Amino acid sequence: MPNMSLKKVPMPEQNPEARTRNFLEVALGYTGEMAKEEAQRCLNCKHKPCMQGCPVNVNIPGFIEAVAAGDFEKAYHIIKNTNSLPAICGRVCPQETQCEKFCVRGIKGESVGIGRLERFVADWYMSNREQKKGSIARNGRKVAVVGSGPAGLTCAGDLAKMGYEVTIFEAFHTPGGVLMYGIPEFRLPKALVQKEIDYLKQLGVEIKTNMVIGKVLSLNDLMNEGYEAIFIGTGAGLPNFMGIPGENLNGVYSANEFLTRVNLMKAYKFPETDTPVKVGRNVAVVGGGNVAMDAARCAKRLGAENVYIIYRRSEAEMPARLEEVHHAKEEGIIFKLLSNPVRIIGTDDGWVKGIECIEMELGEPDSSGRRRPVPKAGTEHVIDVETVIIAIGQSPNPLISSTTPDLKTNKWGCIVIDENTCATSKEGVFAGGDAVTGAATVILAMGAGKKAAVAIDNYLKAKPNKIKAAE
Amino acid sequence: MFQIVRKEILNPSIKLMEIEAPYVARKAEPGQFIILRVDEDGERIPLTIADFDRDKGTVTIIFQEVGKTTKLLGSLNEGESILDFVGPLGKPSHLDGVKSAAVIGGGLGTAIAYPQAKKLHSLGARVDSVIGFRNKDLIILEEEMSKVSNRLFVTTDDGSNGTKGFVTDILKRLLEEGNRYDVVIAIGPLVMMKAVSNLTREYGIKTIVSMNPVMIDGTGMCGGCRVTVGGNVKFACVDGPDFDGHQVDFDEAMRRQLMYRNEEKISLEEHECRLRGEKYA
Ligand SMILES: Cc1cc2nc3c(=O)[nH]c(=O)nc-3n(C[C@H](O)[C@H](O)[C@H](O)COP(=O)(O)OP(=O)(O)OC[C@H]3O[C@@H](n4cnc5c(N)ncnc54)[C@H](O)[C@@H]3O)c2cc1C
Ligand SMILES: Cc1cc2nc3c(=O)[nH]c(=O)nc-3n(C[C@H](O)[C@H](O)[C@H](O)COP(=O)(O)OP(=O)(O)OC[C@H]3O[C@@H](n4cnc5c(N)ncnc54)[C@H](O)[C@@H]3O)c2cc1C
Ligand code: FES
Repeated sequence: MPNMSLKKVPMPEQNPEARTRNFLEVALGYTGEMAKEEAQRCLNCKHKPCMQGCPVNVNIPGFIEAVAAGDFEKAYHIIKNTNSLPAICGRVCPQETQCEKFCVRGIKGESVGIGRLERFVADWYMSNREQKKGSIARNGRKVAVVGSGPAGLTCAGDLAKMGYEVTIFEAFHTPGGVLMYGIPEFRLPKALVQKEIDYLKQLGVEIKTNMVIGKVLSLNDLMNEGYEAIFIGTGAGLPNFMGIPGENLNGVYSANEFLTRVNLMKAYKFPETDTPVKVGRNVAVVGGGNVAMDAARCAKRLGAENVYIIYRRSEAEMPARLEEVHHAKEEGIIFKLLSNPVRIIGTDDGWVKGIECIEMELGEPDSSGRRRPVPKAGTEHVIDVETVIIAIGQSPNPLISSTTPDLKTNKWGCIVIDENTCATSKEGVFAGGDAVTGAATVILAMGAGKKAAVAIDNYLKAKPNKIKAAE
Repeated sequence: MFQIVRKEILNPSIKLMEIEAPYVARKAEPGQFIILRVDEDGERIPLTIADFDRDKGTVTIIFQEVGKTTKLLGSLNEGESILDFVGPLGKPSHLDGVKSAAVIGGGLGTAIAYPQAKKLHSLGARVDSVIGFRNKDLIILEEEMSKVSNRLFVTTDDGSNGTKGFVTDILKRLLEEGNRYDVVIAIGPLVMMKAVSNLTREYGIKTIVSMNPVMIDGTGMCGGCRVTVGGNVKFACVDGPDFDGHQVDFDEAMRRQLMYRNEEKISLEEHECRLRGEKYA
């Protein structure tokens, strides 16, 4: 008999008051009992509507059935079949626009907490079982993976399991991509990401940090070093600015810089750590996505009293995960919706003292299908702030494409690939994740890494094996 | 880990280190820099590649101890290692085709200017170099610079050695005497680069300056290093660090340099407390 409660089993969380003073994880996860209770809300629909919302086709009813039966290990293996990073995806996927959007229980009441269950299963496995690696026969063929975000990590792991000698080249001193430098500790504990990285090492993947490809080595250099195929998963790391007056005043950050200082360089422990970050009493964050929510919530934790989210559309159009918006509100972040900055105002000696905004209203739908915001004349007003964080999006970094003339990109700087083979315009070079799609999601990047691993395997199987031939 | 194979003390606050970093040495060109992190809690700081040896696989850095990280780095000895060392970053200087150049180095800037003077000299250009320091104890690389310059002028602010005055005084004299250059390369404190640029503007001589904003990644992903050049925003780590001195907004750069002044003080005090075995309050 299914559990017919209209609401999800609540997730234990740190209370908002306490958590705005620490960087510890906000959502604490289900216990086994809670997970079973929530799993029993699943009706195990024959046509599995939830699965059509999952970019990597996780057998959702299948794993939930196992959870309901208390077989968490089986549930884990069902998820792992198609999702390499369940502990991460369970925490950061926008479930409300994916699997949970199609859940029949959501028609009347709340959908089944699929993300919460995925997270529970992955966490349970991590603390109760060893990740199995088995013994893999090595085939001696070298593949290079550039970038160690979810796309690169997944591609590397899958190729290593197929027997390839995989080396990851990462520009930063720490692997993990956005999972390490962007998404804050309180939403995605770094120890968890580190576990995934350690697992890859166990699989025999070598990780070389401090390797800015395009500068330290070119793609051709990698080929000359004997890598027979290359996967590019360099993400979308180039910060966009608004181009409004005052953006170079002291106190204006890109979200990338602000979050890198806080998460990767651990500025929240300054001066115990050496990298500082400046947060005023009043902080404005411009944008409405996950990046904006993360920046705002970090600013709050670093001591800001008033943190404003300034977003030009309405809440309905906000691209951030529902849970993040909800948590941000609980933490006292002030939402200035339908509002757009026109300039940043500085003191005589060049520090931010305010941000001038104009009110917006929604007009006709634009090319993205969302109603276009248009300014309302005469509604300009100034909000007093000392810090401004710009979180209006990122584009792919041109470091590699600008040093690889035969690598085709489109007008947004995204690498162009063949949808089916993940192949770029350059022989032996494949790509996926944000570097191809522009800023998207962890699950899409992971899915792209998986698909590329299969494509690379097919490519190399069809290509004469130089090493074998030489023997 | 990147080993320090040689350490030299050039003056009371400036040290030289030769670091084993074969990948960096292989591609390094004058004008480029590296970013290093001394230890796990350390900050990432940029330093210019002062020299490199492709055969030995080493890169030389010369740095002034101005704060926590440079002092910590300076306290390491030969045989010890640095945790992270990445490069070469930034665009190499464009020196091809230059027949005559004035290379101006202010203080530590002399170390950054040296590889450029060396490259110009090796390309057969006529090089007049002017290097300036606060006093004679702070002079560095005089011998090295003289080897790669047709004429070398040394100034000290207090006249304790060489000509008393600023590097701009000498450059002005050279220009007034009718010397002309394809390019003037000025590297040093922002005020000095600004003064040189103002001077050469009058003569219409192309002037290249090397910007040193605060950086983190050095790959274009944070935008912290932005400078305004000719009204456009540039990221110094990927678009520079060399820019046209006549186009740079120096006043903005000077202001931005002060962004973390308080925090830098705190970091240094904390470091010194720790060295004394005290707890930082
Ligand atoms: C603050 C923030 C919050 C987010 N929140 C969510 C969320 O809640 N849910 C969600 O699904 N998505 C979220 N996203 C988006 C998601 O993180 C990305 O879509 C995803 O990480 C893309 O993965 P990737 O592997 O393509 O690239 P990335 O994760 O960007 O990794 C790319 C890696 O390549 C490295 N690299 C770049 N250039 C080079 C080079 N030349 N040589 C060597 N290495 C290089 C980079 O240093 C980086 O480590 C968020 C993004 C940000 C910034
Ligand atoms: C491209 C470039 C090349 C450079 N080359 C050299 C060099 O060859 N030799 C040398 O001695 N110095 C060089 N510098 C400056 C050097 O990076 C700073 O002196 C160093 O970061 C100071 O760190 P600190 O912790 O010791 O001092 P702090 O007390 O932290 O800072 C002292 C001053 O250094 C600057 N600074 C601080 N942190 C950074 C940072 N992360 N990035 C850039 N500047 C910072 C600030 O202007 C600050 O006012 C270069 C800077 C750049 C951008
Ligand atoms: S240092 Fe981050 S973009 Fe230049």
